[in-house]
Amino acid sequence: MTGLFELLGLGASAELLSLSGWGGNLLRGLANSLQIAFGAYGLGLVIGLFGAYGKLYGGKVTRDLLAIYTTVIRAVPELVLILILYYVGSDIINKISEGLGGGRVEINGVAAGIWVLGVVQGAYATEVLRGAIKAVPVGQIEAAKSYGMPAFMIMRRVTIPAMMSFAVPGLANLWLIATKDTALLAVVGFNELTLETRQAASSTRAYFTFFLAAGFLYLMVTLCSGAVFARVEKWARRGQPSLKGGTS
Amino acid sequence: MTGLKELMQPHRIVMMLIFAGLVIWCAVSLRWDWLPKYAPLALEGLWTTIWILAASLVIGFLLAVPLGLAQAVGPWYLSIPARTFCTIIRGTPLLLQIWLLYYGLGSLFPQFPWIRSSELWPYLRQAWPYAVLALSLSYAGYEGEVMRGAFSGVAKGQLEAAKSFGMPRFTMFRRIWLPQAIRNVLPTLGGETILQLKATPLVATITVVEIYSVSSRVRSDTFIVYEPLLLLAVVYMAIAGVITLAFRRFENG
Repeated sequence: MTGLFELLGLGASAELLSLSGWGGNLLRGLANSLQIAFGAYGLGLVIGLFGAYGKLYGGKVTRDLLAIYTTVIRAVPELVLILILYYVGSDIINKISEGLGGGRVEINGVAAGIWVLGVVQGAYATEVLRGAIKAVPVGQIEAAKSYGMPAFMIMRRVTIPAMMSFAVPGLANLWLIATKDTALLAVVGFNELTLETRQAASSTRAYFTFFLAAGFLYLMVTLCSGAVFARVEKWARRGQPSLKGGTS
Repeated sequence: MTGLKELMQPHRIVMMLIFAGLVIWCAVSLRWDWLPKYAPLALEGLWTTIWILAASLVIGFLLAVPLGLAQAVGPWYLSIPARTFCTIIRGTPLLLQIWLLYYGLGSLFPQFPWIRSSELWPYLRQAWPYAVLALSLSYAGYEGEVMRGAFSGVAKGQLEAAKSFGMPRFTMFRRIWLPQAIRNVLPTLGGETILQLKATPLVATITVVEIYSVSSRVRSDTFIVYEPLLLLAVVYMAIAGVITLAFRRFENG
């Protein structure tokens, strides 16, 4: 039994994971991952809000184009999309920079990650928000219109607050997908948590120690966000009658 | 075809013409000369993708049924481990799971002489068993959660009726509980199957040669970037389309 423990490197793992050892690298990777996840989620929400409005109230052409966008993004693996968007993005930026007379630009990893994952998230967010906006009773929006509210004010004062309670579960799921999708950027060579872990693991050959530690970090992020989103959902549902037990 | 009239609106015809023009432009002005040389490899890769997907779906679903059952009606000593397993699988990235299994187990196994001398060793030295294992566990984790909902969603009266007929518990499960549960979650399973398809390119990172890694190889051999990736996207969309159609068939039939 002690042989097995030695094999798994449990004795030495505490030393390896200390902050002065590889633990600092892991935490730096986690910070990068979270930064990309936050950025991509924000970008995805913005795209999703416009996409949902376009799908619901846009003209025929807008609606068809958005349908193509969401269908294609949801049918093609994220890894392939990441590569395509990464090359397209860096090509466009280099073209622009050459047009302005500059040389080739080194792309910032975090910015590229946010752009790539944000476009992917946008497709999913479009669907989530479209469903949520559709669930808002039409009468409420019509009432706001009949008061002569401008479209943007209706969105800010009526549609968004009323749809929040329908959208939060889906948006919580999207956030979890965003945090896990940052791991895919490891394949393109960004120094986020998974890649840092792999580098640490392959240079110390303590694979289990590092992969389990990284798994623990991801799990903590997931569980903490679960708690946060539970509170957000409670807040978004404030004032609504509870479905449990009948009396609120 | 009922959709034909809807499709024949002026703006859609214009869009289709633009799309057709785009396809023709792609075919004419992009480079496809690498295609004949890599076609056999690509077909092999496509086959690997499909069978890894199929194997992980079957194994994963077989694991998901007991996981769902344990969470829905199991005693605490079964339901807590099942729930923990699902939480861990759903809370960590699949790429990390794949690498943990491949690099972790792959570095652990050679240290045991009895594993090295066993008959399974030639398989354990390859990458695909780890790929199938990781994908199956991941699918089981997600589907276990879905099946939990499905099992608790079956109407109580049906099970009570079966019991009152004196059906043995296993027959009841096989004839009534499982079929109804699966029927209720078929749409969800269809979506999850497409998610699983989209997870398969991750196994390319542990040297399994499937369709994604063929495209990466074309890219690194010939420095052609967009063409293999576009073709790859089209291939995945086609497989996703087939899966969607198959599930629609199941649901209606």
